[in-house]
Amino acid sequence: MKIPFSYIFRNLWTRKLTTILTAAGMGLVVFVFAAVLMLDAGLKKTMVGTGSFDNVVMIRKGSETEIQSGVSREQASLVESMPNIARGPDGKPVVSKESLILISLNKKGQERGSNIVTRGVSPLGLTMRPQAKIIRGRLFREGSSEVIVGRNVNEQFDGAEIGQALRFGGRDWQIVGIFDAQKSAFDSEVWGDVEQLMQSFRRTSFSSVIAQLSRSDGFDKLVADVDDDIRLNLQTKREQIFYEDQSRALSTFITILGTVLSVIFSLGAMIGAAITMYSAVATRTGEIGTLRALGFRRPSILAAFLLESLLLAMVGGLAGLFFATFLQAITISTLNIQSFSQLAFSFVLTPKIIIQTILFSLLMGFIGGFLPAIKASRMKIVDSLRAA
Amino acid sequence: MYFLKLIFKNIFRAKLRTGLTILGLMIAILAFGLLQTVVDAFYAGSKSASASRMIMRNSVSIVFPMPISYRERIKGVDGVRAVTISNWFQGTYKERKNFFPQFAVDSENFFDLYPDFIVPAEDLLAFKRDRQGAAVGRKLAEQYGWKIGDVLPFSGTIYPGNWQFTVRAIFDGRDETTVVKQFYFHYDYLNEELKKKSPRRADQAGVFIIDVTDTSRIADIARAVDAEFKNSLAETLTETEKAFQLSFVQQSQTVVEAIRLVSFVVIIIIMAVVANTMAMTARERLSEYATLKALGFSSYFVAALIFGEALVLCLFGSGIGILLTVPAVILVSYTPLGNIFASFTLSQDTVALQAGSALVLALVASIVPSIKSARVKIVDGLRHVG
Repeated sequence: MKIPFSYIFRNLWTRKLTTILTAAGMGLVVFVFAAVLMLDAGLKKTMVGTGSFDNVVMIRKGSETEIQSGVSREQASLVESMPNIARGPDGKPVVSKESLILISLNKKGQERGSNIVTRGVSPLGLTMRPQAKIIRGRLFREGSSEVIVGRNVNEQFDGAEIGQALRFGGRDWQIVGIFDAQKSAFDSEVWGDVEQLMQSFRRTSFSSVIAQLSRSDGFDKLVADVDDDIRLNLQTKREQIFYEDQSRALSTFITILGTVLSVIFSLGAMIGAAITMYSAVATRTGEIGTLRALGFRRPSILAAFLLESLLLAMVGGLAGLFFATFLQAITISTLNIQSFSQLAFSFVLTPKIIIQTILFSLLMGFIGGFLPAIKASRMKIVDSLRAA
Repeated sequence: MYFLKLIFKNIFRAKLRTGLTILGLMIAILAFGLLQTVVDAFYAGSKSASASRMIMRNSVSIVFPMPISYRERIKGVDGVRAVTISNWFQGTYKERKNFFPQFAVDSENFFDLYPDFIVPAEDLLAFKRDRQGAAVGRKLAEQYGWKIGDVLPFSGTIYPGNWQFTVRAIFDGRDETTVVKQFYFHYDYLNEELKKKSPRRADQAGVFIIDVTDTSRIADIARAVDAEFKNSLAETLTETEKAFQLSFVQQSQTVVEAIRLVSFVVIIIIMAVVANTMAMTARERLSEYATLKALGFSSYFVAALIFGEALVLCLFGSGIGILLTVPAVILVSYTPLGNIFASFTLSQDTVALQAGSALVLALVASIVPSIKSARVKIVDGLRHVG
């Protein structure tokens, strides 16, 4: 025979302050847990969304990022002539030779600069990133000192508005447009004409070469071709993988910190739940005796108290999750240790995170309520009736 | 005296609940202490940085070098005592995960500018004499078990190729806060190799470190040296070493702020737990408090009794938590997480914050139950059944 659900619910209802305090503690833990998962999901989404599967990135062997890399003009033209690289309608290879520099801009409200990637792109580089679209102003003109800035740079940094100019490489670079790259890492970049950028810094080599594969399965062949050519001291990666690797350290950092925090915090919340449930059992000893005398079995008592604890955790968990959904409106910009530049990403809530979060809160409720429930179910009828 | 005795008797009446609450407090205060230490660790570099030395970098951003010829021109500026070079190397020692800062420095005068580092005179001489020599910080040497004379292989990331260094000197810090996890080697070695391999990248300095004669004029001197290179190919930005280090922390500020915020969240979580304990305690004893009042004790006495109980509980739990923080920080400083940071040590401020939060916890947790119990009418209280 099962104990009616209304009994369980009303027990929580009667002791409102205790219920609220316990659920609030659990809610906060769930909030932190969800926030960390959402942050990591947001970072992954940003990085995966940055690359196209059929684009490859080539940088110098031994270097880990585009900033460290150097690809000479000869190497770049050798790459252009390789088979397996897509050709445009005009027969030209779909390749963008790019040059990266880091410039320093002040985040709004800060006095010191943060590093921003400024990417010189070939004309084709723009069409190879179809996710990037001009939302205000216009594209930079080839052969001019004009740049366009990503949405996050525009929103989060000073001096990044259309009509303003960025000063670097001995020139003033006019901002003529703002582009939106659908929350990818490009949103945290400034783009300009690669030849102009290289000239202003007296550079003779590119940072990286981006190429589109003619066929998606031609990747292995291209890697083999590049490796075979001793003139090409390059490593090749799919663009998606390349950007995922770029954020690995940050992602690991978030995951480790988040896991450690969640475990420690949940210990606190579970202790809170256990205290509440032990007290619930203690104050209701007489009730438990009565229930048993009425014919409810031990398992029913166990289930009732466990269910009460799970319900408590569920309330806390849903509250935590509810407040976590508002985090989605926030975009944070921080230093990506690997690329040594600012990267903006948002909190992203996925169905998987919702399930994980609810399971996590139920687990807290289960562990916190288990021992008190056992204690309740083990009480002898006579003793408990006498205790009341 | 009987007041204290009453508090202690009350606390240990519900042993299990008290035990669990103390355990919770312990964990929370420990977690809070560790998180605050992580935040401190981010600032370790800037804390030990000098406000009397200046760092000059390319104004575009730190990754751009400056021609080495700038050095002589900096020396010519009024108020400059000495100038040295430092280049970020970022090689990989054996495995990629072995990360520690490496700099190619002008071995001739680098350590003269850094009296913060104590290098034995004969070791310093040995370091200066060996072009492939390296001077490493004590903590770094201990971490990898290096001894003087060890030959260390590196592969370059920014500067491609294989590099080999011999440990010639191990230096200590002047005091506790000095970071001794750096790896220094000869700029000349790097430059000679670059001249052979990629001449365009040779004769470039990452940053210039400038020592001044009069620290009170430091801002003026910074402006004067920057003016020297205005409108050149590589315009410069000179700031104090402290400001330079802070600019690195600021780049990760969102993360640092998030950790700081979360460290307070754990206090709020445990606040809910302790408040709950106190609420339950007071509810159960409502009739006792009514009895006390009937005997002639004032409402304040009842409130003080509850606050006192919360205070003892919090001080007890937090006390153990603080005591545990000390070994925990030492333990963490030996893990990979602790190794990322230049210094991972428990500060006095953190301990003070921990103790402070214990007081706040006790106060907040006892407010509602105190008021409720103090206000209760004797008749209602006596009628009340837990």
